[in-house]
Amino acid sequence: MRDRKNIFYNIDWITILLYLALVLFGWINIYASVYNEEHNSIFDVSQRYGKQMIWISLSLVLALVILSIDSKFFSTFSYLFYGLTILSLVAVLLIGTTISGSRSWFQIGSFAIQPAEFAKFATCLALARFLTSHNVGLKKLKDIMKALMIITVPAFLILLQHDTGSALVYSAFILVLYREGLSGSILLIGLVAAVLFVLTLLLGTPVILAVLGGLIFLVLILYKRLKKSIKPILGLLVLMAAFTYSVDYAFENVLEPHQKKRINVLLGLEKDIHGAGYNVNQSKIAIGSGGLSGKGFLKGTQTKYDFVPEQSTDFIFCTVGEEWGFYGSLFVILLFLLLLIRLVQLAERQRSRFSRIYGYGVASILFFHFAINIGMTIGLTPVIGIPLPFFSYGGSSLWAFTILLFIFIRMDASRLEVL
Amino acid sequence: MGSDTYSKRRYIIIGIFVIIALIYLGKLFSLQVMDHNYKLFAQDNVLRYITQYPSRGLIYDRNGNLLVYNEAAYDLLVVPRQITKLDTMELCRLLHMGKQEFVDRLVQTKKYSYYKPSIFLEQISKEEYAFLEEKLYQFPGFYVQARTLRKYPIPFAAHILGYVGEVDRKEIDKDSYYRQGDYIGKSGIEKTYEHLLRGQKGLKVVMVDVFNREKGSYQEGNFDTLAEAGKNLFLTIDKDLQLYGEKLMRNKKGSIVAIEPTSGEVLTMVSSPAYDPNLLIGRIRTKNFRKLSRDTLEPLFNRPVAAQYPPGSTFKPVNALIALNEGVIVPETRFSCDGVISKPIKCSHNHYSPLSLINAIEQSCNPYFWNTFREIIEQERFTNIQQGYNNWRSYLERFNVGSKFNTDISNQRSGNLPKDSYFNRYYGESGWRALTIRSLSIGQGEIELTPLQLANVSATIANKGSFYTPHLLKAVDSIGNEVNFFTRFNETGIDSSYFNPVIEGMHLVYEGEHGSARWYKVKDIEICGKTGTAENPHGDDHSVFMAFAPKDDPKIAIAVVVETSGFGSTWAAPIATLMIEKYLKGEIARPRWFEQKMLDADLLTKKEEGSEGP
Repeated sequence: MRDRKNIFYNIDWITILLYLALVLFGWINIYASVYNEEHNSIFDVSQRYGKQMIWISLSLVLALVILSIDSKFFSTFSYLFYGLTILSLVAVLLIGTTISGSRSWFQIGSFAIQPAEFAKFATCLALARFLTSHNVGLKKLKDIMKALMIITVPAFLILLQHDTGSALVYSAFILVLYREGLSGSILLIGLVAAVLFVLTLLLGTPVILAVLGGLIFLVLILYKRLKKSIKPILGLLVLMAAFTYSVDYAFENVLEPHQKKRINVLLGLEKDIHGAGYNVNQSKIAIGSGGLSGKGFLKGTQTKYDFVPEQSTDFIFCTVGEEWGFYGSLFVILLFLLLLIRLVQLAERQRSRFSRIYGYGVASILFFHFAINIGMTIGLTPVIGIPLPFFSYGGSSLWAFTILLFIFIRMDASRLEVL
Repeated sequence: MGSDTYSKRRYIIIGIFVIIALIYLGKLFSLQVMDHNYKLFAQDNVLRYITQYPSRGLIYDRNGNLLVYNEAAYDLLVVPRQITKLDTMELCRLLHMGKQEFVDRLVQTKKYSYYKPSIFLEQISKEEYAFLEEKLYQFPGFYVQARTLRKYPIPFAAHILGYVGEVDRKEIDKDSYYRQGDYIGKSGIEKTYEHLLRGQKGLKVVMVDVFNREKGSYQEGNFDTLAEAGKNLFLTIDKDLQLYGEKLMRNKKGSIVAIEPTSGEVLTMVSSPAYDPNLLIGRIRTKNFRKLSRDTLEPLFNRPVAAQYPPGSTFKPVNALIALNEGVIVPETRFSCDGVISKPIKCSHNHYSPLSLINAIEQSCNPYFWNTFREIIEQERFTNIQQGYNNWRSYLERFNVGSKFNTDISNQRSGNLPKDSYFNRYYGESGWRALTIRSLSIGQGEIELTPLQLANVSATIANKGSFYTPHLLKAVDSIGNEVNFFTRFNETGIDSSYFNPVIEGMHLVYEGEHGSARWYKVKDIEICGKTGTAENPHGDDHSVFMAFAPKDDPKIAIAVVVETSGFGSTWAAPIATLMIEKYLKGEIARPRWFEQKMLDADLLTKKEEGSEGP
């Protein structure tokens, strides 16, 4: 019975080892990406690697603090956390500082904190709390709507800060809802919508509408054979046409010019050698030039701070690719994949639904960041400025991911206490 | 919790994770292992980014004479990271540079970036470049980029054309088009029409080998963009007239502004003393600029638009027009030079008295215009002085006195047309009347105009009450492709019939037996003019003159100011007359000695006596 009380005995050391491996390898690459001949002391706090060292140390302290808190604390106060988060997201809109186009920072002295980063774990907690409330189920439209509200309110507030990347992260919660019983067609609808979106932008609204119109016509001709399923099929096609039409509108009116440009560049509709296209091309050159085994630590020529922008933050994966080669890429991707699978395993072994939902939330958020961030460096996803978890330079994001993960590790450590 | 019906879904979620990871690994494998191109591209920065600078638009005069063109020059660029086995002494010898300077410059570029090219030495001449080019392969990391410098075939019109210089921090922040080291128009036409002249930069990405030699374009030029040349501009300036005006103003301080009244096109804008625009190009610009700005004669000062003078007697026709329009005088109204009422401003000439309006303009009678001014301001319908003054003032505003023209002419100042509040502050609200501000009646006192504004007044009288905003750009691209960005029609609200007597009076200035410019009349051209002598609190009076011709079909309106040279009739009038004759006839018919006297006069070192009064 003593084992049950001592949480350090029950902690999942595999997850912690994966976490430490990512953080350390990330730091090594930050060091390499901003390395120059004049500053090479690893504790030089005027340089980013020096600062990141401080953030890492503080993260470990933070992790210890979280592990020593009773796990019931998080479920009890999850709505409080959520409320405070919403408040701070509103506050940052009113009194925040604008850094590189996003009004999403609190400036305290020389430190800048981004509340959007911390909103993720609070939303995750609130969603878990709501879905485990009495009499709530994802079969009822009203409950689905409420769950979606919990997710979209912070996302909308973040969108108002002109931080589209962080807002899109919230779409990852679809996976959680799916796991908890939301109809599987949601994933299919998402996929069809994405394909339609891309096709509309590539071929233009008229072409897609013409094709859909043709299909409707075909359905009407084959009226007799399709007698039974004619209504749903027609309804679906009309819906798709409406969606296509709204894509055009959303693209022109909702997205900001630089976002439109990035999507156009990704789809090959526009050439932009100074901006997004140039960055992705440089990023691909850097990664591609790494070869099988890389150029070696500090030997990268492309990923120094001049060729690829945001070298130590959003494009940190370039440094991995260039200096450590395909082996390095494989290593990082395997680390992430192992972490994600491990998180699903841990989530599934929870006795409490609350912990399981939270665990899936953590995995979904990490997955979204991982997929978009690495995808954009190799030209598979649009350039959306979101960091690679545990890896990218930046105090706010590292702390937020640490909190997000360690709350789950804490819950997992006391899984046996829940009956 | 064994009753969880959806626990199988974990495999689908894990499946998604695995599929994405596999897709990414596949893509990475093809990028990093299969595709050898990327390795080649990146091999120690084989890519070089060469900015393709467009040639800046050329500038012509209204008749298609070339005023500004471009000449090739070369910048030496360096990428510090690429430097290997550098033979410093040899390179110093090629660049005619001391070793210390070389080292300093290299440190500077390293500070900027190890990886990005930065300019090591600017504007190497064609001749120097020929030497350098042959040896450059020995110096990996260094390469040359072609640039252009402005050149001026005729060293004139410097203030109109302006100059080009390197962008500063503020300009880069304002417009992301510019990068460190780019050129931008800093003043004059170069600045106003920067967006037309600059064109569009291009970028060429080329691959170079280890010997620093170009090995062809990268990805078949997929990332290249072509430079787009700037647009050629055709100015309203007449080259011959401008050149002649600058000759006439040599060794004198002052301005000439000539406008075509029917269009507002500025034919000539002379600022004297001037400077050679070729002094403000390229590497020598900073040094020469400093020298010019220290010159006590202020050659950089753009006098036609930024110097402000009291218009003196040239202002009398305007007061006459306002009085006629207000109905307080008629052309036959006479005011005596004598008597209590005319005392405040004495008449400086001996003439028959009392004069009618036409003769009062011909002979520039001070008491006549003082009386006129009083009649305008102290009309019975006004309850206080402020009302009367503001009524008068609003007429002048419509002549664009006291404000800048909204046009393509830079460096403008607005002149001075005081508000009633100025006098209220000075004398108290009920402490002033027409008598207090009587100097304004003869264009003295607080009122100040720039020569451009004075020329525009002349054009407005020539047009009988309206004017087109003066401007400098006539056409873009080709001489026929006329533009009118700033051509706007303005009206003064004075009935055109009132202009006839005033124009008659100004005609008598040349033709009448007492006319103050009667010595200068030109055969076959009917000129209307008005002399002025602007009191200068800092020294001798300024000689001022405004005119237009021909009387019935005006083609040119002109204002001339010769600083500290005395009476308007002595210098400004003959210079203006010569300009008119030159423009309308193409040559000067009058005796050589007369023209020569004006050309040769040196008013900067010695003073000459004026002959007759204004």
